Amino acid sequence: MEQQYIELYKQHHESIKEHSATVMNTLRDGSFTLFEKLGFPTSKLENYKYSDLKEPLSIDYGLNINRVTIPVNPYEVFKCDVPGIHSFLFFVVNDAFYPVNEPNNKSLPNGVIIGSLKEIATTHPELLKDYYGKLSTTKNDGLVAFNGAFAQDGFFMYVPKGVVLDQPVQLINIMRSDVDFMANSHNLIILEDGAHAQLLVCDHTMDEVRFLSNRVTEVFVGENASYEHYKLENTHIKTTNLSTLLIDQKTSSTVLTNVITLHNGVTRNSIEIDLDGEHCETRLCGMVIADKNQQVDNFTYIMHNKPNCNSNELFKYVLDDNSKAGFTGKILVAKDAQKTSAFQINKNILLKKTAKMSTKPQLEIYADDVKCSHGATIGQLDETAKFYMQSRGIPEAEAKLLLMYAFTSDVIENIRITALQDRIKILVEKRLRGDLSKCEGCIICQ
Amino acid sequence: MSEAILDQVTQGEYKYGFSSDIETDIIPIGLSEEVVRLISAKKNEPEWMLEFRLKAYRHWITMEMPTWAHLNIPEIDYQSIAYYAAPRKNAPKSLDEVDPELLKTFEKLGIPLHERMALSGIAVDAVMDSISVKTTFKESLNEMGIIFCSFSDAVEHHPDLVQKYMASVVPYTDNFYATLNSAVFSDGSFVYIPKGVRCPMELSTYFRINAMNTGQFERTLIIADDDSYVSYLEGCTAPMRDENQLHAAIVEIVALKNAQVKYSTVQNWYPGDKNGKGGIFNFVTKRGICKGENSKISWTQVETGSAITWKYPSCILLGDNSSAEFYSVAVTNHHQQADTGTKMQHIGKNTRSHILSKGISAGQGQNSYRGLVKVNKNAENSRNYSQCDSLLLGDKCGAHTFPYMEVNNDSSVVEHEATTSKINEDQIFYCNQRGISTEDAVGLIVNGYAKEVLNQLPMEFAVEAQKLLQITLEGSVG
Repeated sequence: MEQQYIELYKQHHESIKEHSATVMNTLRDGSFTLFEKLGFPTSKLENYKYSDLKEPLSIDYGLNINRVTIPVNPYEVFKCDVPGIHSFLFFVVNDAFYPVNEPNNKSLPNGVIIGSLKEIATTHPELLKDYYGKLSTTKNDGLVAFNGAFAQDGFFMYVPKGVVLDQPVQLINIMRSDVDFMANSHNLIILEDGAHAQLLVCDHTMDEVRFLSNRVTEVFVGENASYEHYKLENTHIKTTNLSTLLIDQKTSSTVLTNVITLHNGVTRNSIEIDLDGEHCETRLCGMVIADKNQQVDNFTYIMHNKPNCNSNELFKYVLDDNSKAGFTGKILVAKDAQKTSAFQINKNILLKKTAKMSTKPQLEIYADDVKCSHGATIGQLDETAKFYMQSRGIPEAEAKLLLMYAFTSDVIENIRITALQDRIKILVEKRLRGDLSKCEGCIICQ
Repeated sequence: MSEAILDQVTQGEYKYGFSSDIETDIIPIGLSEEVVRLISAKKNEPEWMLEFRLKAYRHWITMEMPTWAHLNIPEIDYQSIAYYAAPRKNAPKSLDEVDPELLKTFEKLGIPLHERMALSGIAVDAVMDSISVKTTFKESLNEMGIIFCSFSDAVEHHPDLVQKYMASVVPYTDNFYATLNSAVFSDGSFVYIPKGVRCPMELSTYFRINAMNTGQFERTLIIADDDSYVSYLEGCTAPMRDENQLHAAIVEIVALKNAQVKYSTVQNWYPGDKNGKGGIFNFVTKRGICKGENSKISWTQVETGSAITWKYPSCILLGDNSSAEFYSVAVTNHHQQADTGTKMQHIGKNTRSHILSKGISAGQGQNSYRGLVKVNKNAENSRNYSQCDSLLLGDKCGAHTFPYMEVNNDSSVVEHEATTSKINEDQIFYCNQRGISTEDAVGLIVNGYAKEVLNQLPMEFAVEAQKLLQITLEGSVG
């Protein structure tokens, strides 16, 4: 499996580099060597215990090494919008940043730079050099190493000191190809001290072919800065989405991530948070609604390296049909990270006998003055609550729906963009009614 | 201030550390096919037993030491260990024939053999190093058809039962240490409770490691036939030693239809001195199978000793409506490390399991809970509730939890919760205010914290266990 990519790199590394930026190329060979050593992760690895990537990785994907521009009108795909949301809108087609002329984007505050990583690496190398690869190169992970070797472009966002973005930034990833296709992109997000930004990432697929996206996102959150990351996944069953989100938090910063998987093929979300300053606040939320043969694995790892930080995790899963899902919630409290509080909840509902759920909360604590807890449940909808509703004339299907909707509502409450929250509410309800899973491909709005 | 108390109190020496001079019969160190044959020959074992050992040995040489546990295990040279040691004077018929030194050893431990027999009515099968020295109350148990004897006796007198059930729960290929044990196991206990019999007394063995440089490899097999009940106790204390000793035991429990087995352990092997020197390596495989319908297995363990503990008493819930329980208190102090927990495999319908684990870390101890709850597709309506709490005393220790939950059907409920926190300073202050010293206060709080588990122990053990907790931990305030 790995061999074809190793050969590919050996033969074409010149052209890979030619179509990328110097900053990215400096780390490329190192990443490749690491990938050669590690290979793709298998479920034998502890961190990938619940991700079965063998099948999706065995497909013969095409790669767009020579950066051929793919003709696409993103507005055609992206017919739907989150109604009422005012955002700065950007597109990434496969793995390349797609320049569009959005009138609203002109009102971005001064100094804020958003664009193609490749281009900005050429125009502002000084901005990137202290950040690019700083988190990803420390990871001993096959997928991240693979990304380091093959990613040529991605999304870049820079918010200077004290600048507050009053509207969310919306990033639409569009997968468009006529053949089975693999996209590797590297995103870099830098928030300087006191900055504030919200990023909403949506995944869309256009074609009926097999897609695999392997995305690494590095986020640097400065002192007193606050960052929110929302990821909405609503693609088709042939899509494999491997995403690694690496966040570094400085003193008194706050971070919220909310990862919502409504429809997909195979999903693996790794979220690793490095609390690198005191008084940090971190909240990780996630929701999975899966059926058919969907496979979802959320892997989270919070490193409490400094004292007085708080972290909170909330993940909820509703699994139907033959879906298979995993959750890992790893929390490390380092030796001197006193006064840490770390809480974690993972609740799961299995609707069919054939659905599978595996969960693995994990606490590693080396400090004594801490408050840590985790809770996990795997079960069904509350029979008595269902009966209560039925006895009051609510049909069974509707009662089930209400319960499931209520079950997921606290994850939705952790969305701090009102328009998005409303939108997700509708999508979740639609999804629970089965409307969304009936369709193949991204036709959210139909 | 607290530093001073911590130092003062956590420096408590191992109270039961001594070494008694009993002649032992040791074979040369090292492990080879010849040694396996020698052990088997020394024990006059039948051919099938030797075959089993050799099969295990041949498999063992292809295996590697597991590294997945959250433990820092120093390199163990398996060729520098003597695999067999037996007191020379075998099988005495009465107390008079028992080596007086041995009796003194038990007396020093506060568990004089005859006193135990007289006062508490416990039948004690004392395992001194590797061979069963004395089996008591054998006669009265015999009358009920209960077989309680050393493993070698069982091999000799009840080969059909041993052949049928040995390695049926822990196969010789199970894991590195279990395979090692299968090849070289010295002795252990064998219990068979016939159909419909309720064992009238708590069965008990005391294991002690006594000879220099001898790993002890016991093997225990408990079979509870239909509608029977037994409660089995195992307690361990070991003398002080400078070199690490290896202890790799196997315990197998088979519970048939409607049978109930309760297995309790207090483990207090030598933990090493306060600098982390010496101590026992305790790598034990314990597993029970609820084979019949409505059967029940309950594990209770109090782990205070050993330098390194690697132990996961587990249950396979095969019969419909069967249930399993796991109660554990694990304490690590000084440089002790423990990676302990349980596995609950739900296979039958309507199976239930309950896990309650309390970890206490002090000094530089590292304490991990590692557990798996797996519900198979056909284990409908299964239920599990797990709770694992950790208490931290001191800023250099660590507490870790690694629970795994895997559910493969839609009618089972699995719940897990875990908390980790520091010992409550308000409670200590409250006690101090009322004239209770910090040491005693910690003892009180820890015993209260562990009470739910200690309550599961039979009375005689509960007292000993409480004392042990206090000795291991007294006043380790962080």
